[in-house]
Amino acid sequence: MLSVKNLHASVGDKEILRGINLEVRPGEVHAIMGPNGSGKSTFASVLAGNEKFTVTSGSVEFMGQNLLDLSIEDRARMGLFLGFQYPVEIPGVTMANFMKMAVNEQRKFRGEDPLTAGEFLRLMREKSAVVELDSKLTSRAVNEGFSGGEKKKNEIFQMAMLDPKLAVLDETDSGLDIDALRIVATGVTKLHTSENATIVITHYQRLLDYIVPDYVHVLYKGQIIYSGDKSLALKLEKEGYDWLINQQEK
Amino acid sequence: MAEKDKELLDNIDNEYKYGFTTDIETDTIARGLSEDVIRLISAKKEEPEWMLERRLKAFRHWQTMKLPTWAHLDIPEIDFQDIIYYAAPKQRKEGTMDDIDPELKRTFDKLGIPLEEQLSLAGFAVDAVMDSVSVKTTFRETLAEKGIIFCSISEAIREYPDLVKKYLGSVVPHTDNFYAALNAAVFSDGSFCYIPKGVRCPMELSTYFRINAEGTGQFERTLLVADEGAYVSYLEGCTAPRRDENQLHAAVVEIIVEKDAEVKYSTVQNWYPGDKDGKGGIYNFVTKRGLCREGAHLSWTQVETGSAITWKYPSCVLLGDNSVGEFYSVAMTNNYQQADTGTKMIHIGRNTRSRIVSKGISAGRSQNAYRGLVRVAKGADNARNYSQCDSLLIGDKCGAHTFPEIDSHNPTAVLEHEATTSKISEEQLFYCNQRGLSTEDAVGLIVNGYAREVIAKLPMEFAVEAQKLLAISLEGSVG
Repeated sequence: MLSVKNLHASVGDKEILRGINLEVRPGEVHAIMGPNGSGKSTFASVLAGNEKFTVTSGSVEFMGQNLLDLSIEDRARMGLFLGFQYPVEIPGVTMANFMKMAVNEQRKFRGEDPLTAGEFLRLMREKSAVVELDSKLTSRAVNEGFSGGEKKKNEIFQMAMLDPKLAVLDETDSGLDIDALRIVATGVTKLHTSENATIVITHYQRLLDYIVPDYVHVLYKGQIIYSGDKSLALKLEKEGYDWLINQQEK
Repeated sequence: MAEKDKELLDNIDNEYKYGFTTDIETDTIARGLSEDVIRLISAKKEEPEWMLERRLKAFRHWQTMKLPTWAHLDIPEIDFQDIIYYAAPKQRKEGTMDDIDPELKRTFDKLGIPLEEQLSLAGFAVDAVMDSVSVKTTFRETLAEKGIIFCSISEAIREYPDLVKKYLGSVVPHTDNFYAALNAAVFSDGSFCYIPKGVRCPMELSTYFRINAEGTGQFERTLLVADEGAYVSYLEGCTAPRRDENQLHAAVVEIIVEKDAEVKYSTVQNWYPGDKDGKGGIYNFVTKRGLCREGAHLSWTQVETGSAITWKYPSCVLLGDNSVGEFYSVAMTNNYQQADTGTKMIHIGRNTRSRIVSKGISAGRSQNAYRGLVRVAKGADNARNYSQCDSLLIGDKCGAHTFPEIDSHNPTAVLEHEATTSKISEEQLFYCNQRGLSTEDAVGLIVNGYAREVIAKLPMEFAVEAQKLLAISLEGSVG
């Protein structure tokens, strides 16, 4: 589904990703961990197509297509979803209106008719239940005045609405209390099928208690320096990254 | 983002979809302005002597006046002798539908304003004005049953001289300003509306202004009177063909809101704005003002997206105690458009209240200024004003300016002013793109969200139109 080969990317003169390799197949959950500044969020942004970053070399294939050739919106319409670490506010635009446009853009891309108002409302009701999102939030402006927890729930709600092939969740757990974390993580798990895949970027193993990864990767200085199964996350939680970094530096 | 913006800018034509011209025989007079021209206009309109006298008086006064230069506008020199002051599409006598030229009917159909009552938007009566004359006013009989008069101003001058004499020029006298004086001298057509005491107008009244003929100026004159306890919601729309020359539109709108009456006046202004290099477009110099008696309520809502230059300050004179004035505005400029618009709230009566919500949107290389005055007279005890004045910038080559003025002579007045300036951020665009929205759609969405509070004040059908208009007018502006 996703095949990243020797991906290099920089912002200005500064190289941040220095040769990432990653294979993601349908049905898999990958966790990417690593110390601050290792390039985790940059990796997510580059996959989504954020033009703040320049890809200098390497290739990314997504659903059989060269991802790097596609616009941000086409990547999204094909089924790449980015859960934002800091969801953006759009004053005056209701969540419902925003999602209606998003869902219909995706349908148009697939050659499907737009949803009728009734169909859309039904879909919204069904999906907001996945993350226990207060239905009032959908009539409020996008992320405006949402609490930290509401914003993150709202990201997963949008993921549920758009039903992506590949979801990249950038620190979706940051700033969540334990109940919100459970709701958000359970929501992600509910959405997981054998057809789709998830990449979760996180600092903390606690998220992985709910979203159980098939692979855990450690990103350091723009490279994946170590990969393992879910037990790696537990080891990192206990021992930190030093042992890995020391190994790497040698 | 830069690469994408360039692509966007390169690929988008000017999307002004009302830029067509109607090929119709037009009765025009020679270019230029003189007492003879004014006599000719008055004669063509079969006006009574008193009206001609008023026009001539205004003209003589206008000749002593100088062009105002205080606005934040760069106005090329206008040669007032090079304008045609009267142009009328030729038609048989005013009257039944069958008498209207099919070409005219088609034009208004194309603009979405069918002149047949059975085809019209439910609940709307329309006065359709092309160049210097009113072509057709719909639903007059239905309205007349309630005693409501809705007709062209030309007809009102002939048929209802007492009302016109009493109210015309009572809120905006010909001495008011340069363009008001010019208008008083040469005004051609516009709407007249009178709602009798205690009557709630059952339909939305609207006037649609269309400029068609080349080289002409349009001098619209509208007079609205809501008698005691009456209510009316009125809407005007405007478009013009795409031309390389600049055309002048100098209008005067006067509203009288008698005791306990309420008037809502909405404008969707979409005159041709000129092309992307700033060539052509309408010069829109407008004086709009309403007078509120005791307990009266006047609300202005405007969505201004058109015109090369806009100079316009719909205002409220809150003369009566407990009267209320409101001004809701979205002014959007793109490419080389310039706008200097805002309002005046003049508090004279006690316990008068006013509210100003202005949303400026500047894109391209345009300049957009808000200019407002809140004046509280000595006797206006407990006057209240709340002003909110926001600017949104798209790109880094445009300008947003605000000139709010507060002039209070009463210590019991409470005046609040809030202002913000913001930009559409890269983060917002990325967020929308990541959800599958194109950058253009994203900008349209963000701008509509920003303007929502004002758009929501428009009648439903026009709110939808206005939303589309904002999105279309912004095409090619991201950068």
